Amino acid sequence: MGQEMILRSIIKLVWIFLIVTIGNVRAAQTQQIKIAYFSQEQIAPPALSNLDPFIENKGVPGAELAILDNNTTGQFTGQSYSLEKIIVAPDGDVAQVFKHQVADRFAFVVVNLPADQLTQISGVKPADRILLFDVGTTDDGLRNERCAADILHILPSRAMRADALAQYMMKKRWRQWFLVIGPSEQDKLYAAAIKRSAKRFGMKIVAEKVWEHTYDARRTAQSDIPVFTQGVDYDILVVADEQGLFGEYLEYRTWIPRPVIGTQGLIATSWHRTHEQWGAVQIQNRFKELAGRWMVEQDYGAYLAVRAIGEAATRTRSSQLEPIKAYLLSDQFALQGYKGKPLSFRPWNGQLRQPVLLAAPRSLVAVAPVEGFLHPKTELDTLGFDQPESPCK
Amino acid sequence: MKKRLLAAVFAVTLNGSAVAETVFVTLEKDNALALVDPVAGVLLKTVTIGQRPRGITLSRDNKTIFVATSDDDTIKIIDTDTLQEIGRLPSGEDPETFALSPDGTRLFVSNEDDNLVTVIDIPAKKVIKQIQVGVEPEGIAVSPDNRWIVSASETTNMVHWIDSKTLSIVDNTLVDPRPRAAAFTDDGEQLWVTSEMAGTLTIMDVNTRQIIKNVKFEVPGVTLDMIQPVGVVIDKDRRWGFVALGPANRVAIIDAQTYEVEAYLLVGQRVWNLAFSPDQKRLYTTNGTSNDISIIDLDRQKVTKSVGVGRYPWGVVSRP
Repeated sequence: MGQEMILRSIIKLVWIFLIVTIGNVRAAQTQQIKIAYFSQEQIAPPALSNLDPFIENKGVPGAELAILDNNTTGQFTGQSYSLEKIIVAPDGDVAQVFKHQVADRFAFVVVNLPADQLTQISGVKPADRILLFDVGTTDDGLRNERCAADILHILPSRAMRADALAQYMMKKRWRQWFLVIGPSEQDKLYAAAIKRSAKRFGMKIVAEKVWEHTYDARRTAQSDIPVFTQGVDYDILVVADEQGLFGEYLEYRTWIPRPVIGTQGLIATSWHRTHEQWGAVQIQNRFKELAGRWMVEQDYGAYLAVRAIGEAATRTRSSQLEPIKAYLLSDQFALQGYKGKPLSFRPWNGQLRQPVLLAAPRSLVAVAPVEGFLHPKTELDTLGFDQPESPCK
Repeated sequence: MKKRLLAAVFAVTLNGSAVAETVFVTLEKDNALALVDPVAGVLLKTVTIGQRPRGITLSRDNKTIFVATSDDDTIKIIDTDTLQEIGRLPSGEDPETFALSPDGTRLFVSNEDDNLVTVIDIPAKKVIKQIQVGVEPEGIAVSPDNRWIVSASETTNMVHWIDSKTLSIVDNTLVDPRPRAAAFTDDGEQLWVTSEMAGTLTIMDVNTRQIIKNVKFEVPGVTLDMIQPVGVVIDKDRRWGFVALGPANRVAIIDAQTYEVEAYLLVGQRVWNLAFSPDQKRLYTTNGTSNDISIIDLDRQKVTKSVGVGRYPWGVVSRP
């Protein structure tokens, strides 16, 4: 009788042990990390050139590739990642859709929207409940005076891009700049970043002109541009034309023979198809296989955003916002971004630190920070607003 | 009479050079293999080998070398004497790094784009199995007792421990960002793994598969992001370990007993892979962007010579 009791207790204990262990294993295997991809369908702008097809899904395949990568890793860590795409119709209300379909269901949201729409959805939830990964904007205001605790910015800001170009121009001793500015608000912001860089690196803007023609410049460039660029002596023409309305037509048509840099000619970008160093060939190939096209900046941004979540979830063994966000903003976080240096976030404004590529259409010309530009902490912080300069704390 | 004597002298010399040590270097951008006499410190010759040759390993009997010609999607078997191709192995797509089993019958290949390790039976020239591993597998090594195959995946940041009998993963160890190369110590007790982005070396105990030491490389006057450890080798007595530091243009010498960095030797630019001479008196380094190899005298721990070999030297082996 006593023996039976003991046996029973042992069996009971074994059962409890089994339940506890199995429970643990199951819990470990079912750690779910849900990520939303939030964007708005874009209407194709009038074609300025027939060379490059309009890409409707910029960003989406980048996030998808990163989910695949995260899940490959997740099979070894007992973590599973899912991606839900919420794409607002062209005439839809972004703020409303975000409020009703995203805000309460996701802690991690990759957002590919212009700056004004990003502002509308920031602050809908408190920053300890949601984290937005901005993969669409380059706006310096959002990273400085209008910064928000619920946003991390993946793409380099305009200031980072302008500094990258300025470092290269300084190295080449192209000190006299002719700045040509397009008609849009974004072009003015880009030009402002260029002016800031000129001041920062001791360069001189010897002339500044606004391109006021609103028509397609394809047919008239040969006569318009020499006249437009006449009467100025300069080393290099810096163009601010984010929409690509006229910038492509400047090269080879200026009054005096000078190279073009900025939004066209030699561009500053976070990703480019000419980039193949540091393992970049591998991700270029993997992306092309998945998407059937080259990877563009928003794809790269979305890839990094989802990979950043994955890297932090792996290291913290967590699926929760608080530890993941703390890890992302910590000194330990080091994201491999195929650009030779570990990427990390600037804790003061949530901007991803990264090398900026300087690319011509068919050749990678340089990678900034350019050699020789030093910084006490990390040379990556020679690009854009450094901590003492940023009003965001 | 004189003629015959001359012929005899020639025969001796020829014979002499045939048995002397030869260093084989793959040249990624020249689609070629360079042969170097490391004692004289001269380039002997360069032979065309296939598209984008990278990983290279000597067979156990030293009669053949295996070369991954990445853009041909194959691993070629080359006769080390005639330098003729005598066979090809089905490596899967874009082979880069691979490891040979201790008995010389199996090859384990990292297929970076497909997240796979391909296991090849060498005599049969057949794929036995493809094992799913983490994202972008690169470094691969087989333990001297043939119990483990380890595969390091660059984007997953893990070392996968594959049981060589079942050919399945039984454990995973998280390491620093972008692990590149893995090497077992000859006694089979430790695994050394370099992490390119973190600038570190992780030393693991093979029995427990736990990390016993993390070595952070710091070279005075070189910024941390230039320190990108890749190739790693440890001598047979586990006295010294050596790590190539990529664009830092240095080889770190690590005391394999205390795990302290003893010295940083300046070599060519973007040093990637390393190989000992058969007697372990010399170490050879491939310097990707200065297009040469450095020869290090290990008794004196000094770089004695650099030999220009061709564009983008990648892998290196030495045949006695």
